[in-house]
Amino acid sequence: MSINWPILSVVTFLPLLGALLIALMARGNSPVARGTARWVALWATLITFAVSLIMVWRFDATSAEFQFVEKLPWLGVANYHMGVDGISLPFVILTTALMPLCILASWTSIQTRVKEYMIAFLVLETLMIGTFSALDLVLFYLFFEGGLIPMFLIIGVWGGPRRVYASFKFFLYTLAGSVLMLLAIMAMYWQAGTTDIVELLRYGFPPGLQTWAWLAFFASFAVKMPMWPVHTWLPDAHVEAPTAGSVILAAILLKMGGYGFLRFSLPMFPLASQDFAPLVFALSVVAIIYTSLVALMQEDVKKLIAYSSVAHMGFVTMGIFAANTQGVAGGIFQMISHGIVSGALFLCVGVVYDRMHTREIAAYGGLVNRMPVYAFIFMVFTMANVGLPGTSGFVGEFLALIGAFKANVVVGSLATLGVILSAGYALWLYRKMVFGALRPSMAGIRDIGWREGVIFAPLVALTILFGVWPKPVLDMSSASVANLLDNYNRAIGVTKTAVTAAPPSGTGRAVP
Amino acid sequence: MIQAIVFFPLIGALVAGLLGRLIGHKVSEYITTGLLIAAALLSWVVFAGYWFAPEGAGHAEAVKVEVMRWIQSGDLDLRWILRVDTLTAVMLVVVTTVSSLVHVYSIGYMADDPHRARFFSYLSLFTFAMLMLVTADNFLQMYFGWEGVGLASYLLIGFWYNRPSANAAAIKAFVVNRVGDFGFALGIFALFMMVGAVDFDTIFAQAPAMTGKTINFFGWQADALTLICLLLFMGAMGKSAQFLLHTWLPDAMEGPTPVSALIHAATMVTAGVFMVARLSPLFELAPNAQTFVMFIGATTALFAATIGLVQNDIKRIVAYSTCSQLGYMFVAMGAGAYSVGMFHLFTHAFFKALLFLGSGAVIHAMHHEQDIRNMGGLKDRIPFTYAMMLVGTLALTGFPLTAGYFSKDAIIEAAFVAKSPMAIYAFTCTVVAALLTSFYSWRLIFKTFHGEPHDRKHWKEAHEAPMVMLVPLVFLAIGSVAAGYPFKDVFAGNGVAGFFRDSLTFAKGNTVLEDLHHVPLIVALSPTIMMAIGFVIAWHFYIRRPDIPVELARQHDGLYRFLLNKWYFDELYDFIFVRPAKWLGRALWKGGDGWLIDGFGPDGISARVLDVTRNVVRLQTGYLYHYAFAMLIGAAAFITYFMFAVR
Repeated sequence: MSINWPILSVVTFLPLLGALLIALMARGNSPVARGTARWVALWATLITFAVSLIMVWRFDATSAEFQFVEKLPWLGVANYHMGVDGISLPFVILTTALMPLCILASWTSIQTRVKEYMIAFLVLETLMIGTFSALDLVLFYLFFEGGLIPMFLIIGVWGGPRRVYASFKFFLYTLAGSVLMLLAIMAMYWQAGTTDIVELLRYGFPPGLQTWAWLAFFASFAVKMPMWPVHTWLPDAHVEAPTAGSVILAAILLKMGGYGFLRFSLPMFPLASQDFAPLVFALSVVAIIYTSLVALMQEDVKKLIAYSSVAHMGFVTMGIFAANTQGVAGGIFQMISHGIVSGALFLCVGVVYDRMHTREIAAYGGLVNRMPVYAFIFMVFTMANVGLPGTSGFVGEFLALIGAFKANVVVGSLATLGVILSAGYALWLYRKMVFGALRPSMAGIRDIGWREGVIFAPLVALTILFGVWPKPVLDMSSASVANLLDNYNRAIGVTKTAVTAAPPSGTGRAVP
Repeated sequence: MIQAIVFFPLIGALVAGLLGRLIGHKVSEYITTGLLIAAALLSWVVFAGYWFAPEGAGHAEAVKVEVMRWIQSGDLDLRWILRVDTLTAVMLVVVTTVSSLVHVYSIGYMADDPHRARFFSYLSLFTFAMLMLVTADNFLQMYFGWEGVGLASYLLIGFWYNRPSANAAAIKAFVVNRVGDFGFALGIFALFMMVGAVDFDTIFAQAPAMTGKTINFFGWQADALTLICLLLFMGAMGKSAQFLLHTWLPDAMEGPTPVSALIHAATMVTAGVFMVARLSPLFELAPNAQTFVMFIGATTALFAATIGLVQNDIKRIVAYSTCSQLGYMFVAMGAGAYSVGMFHLFTHAFFKALLFLGSGAVIHAMHHEQDIRNMGGLKDRIPFTYAMMLVGTLALTGFPLTAGYFSKDAIIEAAFVAKSPMAIYAFTCTVVAALLTSFYSWRLIFKTFHGEPHDRKHWKEAHEAPMVMLVPLVFLAIGSVAAGYPFKDVFAGNGVAGFFRDSLTFAKGNTVLEDLHHVPLIVALSPTIMMAIGFVIAWHFYIRRPDIPVELARQHDGLYRFLLNKWYFDELYDFIFVRPAKWLGRALWKGGDGWLIDGFGPDGISARVLDVTRNVVRLQTGYLYHYAFAMLIGAAAFITYFMFAVR
């Protein structure tokens, strides 16, 4: 770790620099300007990815400490404090890795306001990386909430016909959550006298505040995740968003909720986390079964995948609050895997949407006859979505389930029903779209081209690689996860002993 | 060597699948088939090592080859390990032998198909997954193979993707198997919770310590081992198409016939039997679970045979027969006679693959006609296929000295002497099923090959299959005869302990293998007698007086329909599972998401807000700025707060 330049800031702000370049270089809406915007965006994201790989290379996975830390005074009380550990680095890499693919996926499908579109994506990338690497609550809040603005624009400007409704729904849900989180952040500052996350992690909040702060953070993260019953914005947002928007939404924005649980809820409010774990379990199990059933009946491809995302995120929340090694590691792995797989599935939809301009499942049929390569790629991701062993989808699901089962047999068992239902809806979708006789309207449809092949190749490779060799991701986070759980168990253990030591008349833990 | 056996098929699958269009069909066929024949030869070498090893000599320990690490998380440590012991060696020869013969056969059978490279890729992929399953050293690798063969089965059933029925059957197979896998997965989770590991050796070593412990499962204080065994067995029921989870197997006949022979007769469906044998250290400690295994096996043996009586599709008859024979194997497992069950698995692989490939030759000859009512008199047109089918039928019905005779007799005797509350039930079911088996098998032969041709045109054009299809039949026919007696001692005689060594566990009081040699004469003869009776009835019905079955079906119309419609299981499941799930999905979507959550949540609120702001702002300007504004106010409030707080 002998990097003497602020690599994390470079990774975070390189995309922003790219956005500035586009704003300066591309004038007007001429084909040349569009080309410039695309190429600059692609190079900016590629370089960002390359630099972020240096972080992987220099990252010390045996340490649970924050690494590549940068700290500058800012705003008087809040500091510009950045750093990553084994929990956040995978998400940073996921972000930097997917962005070039998103730019490529928008290469031809976006023809209006290309310059603004690329700027929105690059700004979004900066904000997302910032969210995962901020070590100050104020900074985190700014990145976290700020990230919604470009996403909002992407849906609202380049979205489908019902984009107004979709972005409004998105807005209502997230606003409610973020207001509550802001209040909690203030309360935490008032209590601890600092907004520094590293210090807050060590602080140990009193039980009463933990309960309220946990609920406030939960409101924000649950919406982001999204958990049942605050998930209904997601299908609409996905349906209306352009392909790359859906990819980012599913692959990264949803993960902010899970990351928030791991960074704040579990370590800062361990007692409340333990108290509320049954609630999270209940919501997760309902999400898995409920949304899987709903997915079975969908008529719109993107909606089906969106509902399946909600179900898969149910495994994540369940695993995280199982609060054991397998559960938490499974939750993280499931998020990374879902980032790859659901992103790829939305890209798969994008491929046929670009050709046919419809998302209705019933409009498709027999694609394999004309698009064998596409059929193969779609099959790989369908199977990963189903959680077939040997794909990355399995590892996360299995770890989360085994962790949940250990924590609570009933929860683990009910959640496992999801494996049956996911097979049902995913294979049904595949059959309707890919198998069967070719529809006459698709007689001229082209198979995957070179550009699309370049997008899918790394995703297919990673899906299978992480399925048989998940070590890179698991090892990267293992030390941090162990540290997180040590502190969690210690916090719970201390209170437990306090309760047993207290006189029998005492209430032990005060619940306001 | 084991790496070669396991990974040759994978290489073949990748080459044919990814480069198929580049190198062409012929090359793909030769590469996959060649690699599989090599794997089969190597498997026999491995097997011979165990077979000829002198008593007690050599390695009692399983040979393990670590390939690489898999999942490490906390105390969970999973690696890809290839494990070879006697049990694995038996499965290796079965899988690779049948698979290589099916590969060869398919060169002829699929000769006109435009997607042959893909077909051979799937076949090899299946073989790889199956080999991973049988060489697994931990539960999760077994689960990998387990679901892998499920994937291959799904792909192959739906191989002709333009047929809606094939697609439906493929999905059905996968989903029903997933129901079983649900139980399998829960069993693995429960084991991990109890033991903290999922590799076989640790769990088998810890198994005795688990006796008496309980798990609270949905309020039921279940005995841990019984519960775990039952859950794991649920997986076996799905994969081996046992009673209640059998509905996918007959439909799976939509796939090309070589697939039916390889996957849905000889290998994949026997994975459940293999699993119970592999887990004998657990099942031996859970007598209640064993009783359940026996009950399900016996019920399936009889139940599937009754349906087989009246089916008219040549492949479906053989499919129900497979179902029934798998029931026999589970009876042996439930009786604690694991090696006997493996014996039947071993012999059954040969004669059932022979019957399927023979049926394929018939279907090939009849231009894809599968209904036996439209056949008849074929023995004059395709005498060689007829002879091969006869050998298969003799072995299936247990004609003395054929392979099936030894293994099936041993199972029925084991059922008779088993110390299980289900022993008499299982004995009765298996004996009656022996009669039914004989009847429907001969019915198939008589209606297909004897009597008057019902479809003159096809009959006239019928011709023997090409050499490349007939040669595999010969090999399988040899196996159907020769796989019995030479192996009797090591599977069901005194050689069991020396042959299987530590790969099977028999509890102290388990003397079934010894006892089955001392049954009353009438018990020992019962299967043979039943076989003879079945033959006579079939001959009477279909050769001498063909009007009797028609009359019988007319008189007992209700019963006939009940059997013809497979006890109405498909309709029942549709009614109690499929439709409610769809109804619930729609209700939750429209009612739950649409009406309840959205109606009282965002839509309700937005409707109020929109009322106020309708004509004032448009989205891109209005709401976005609202949001940004709200956030800025938040940030401003925050900063202001600091200003005061700091002061």
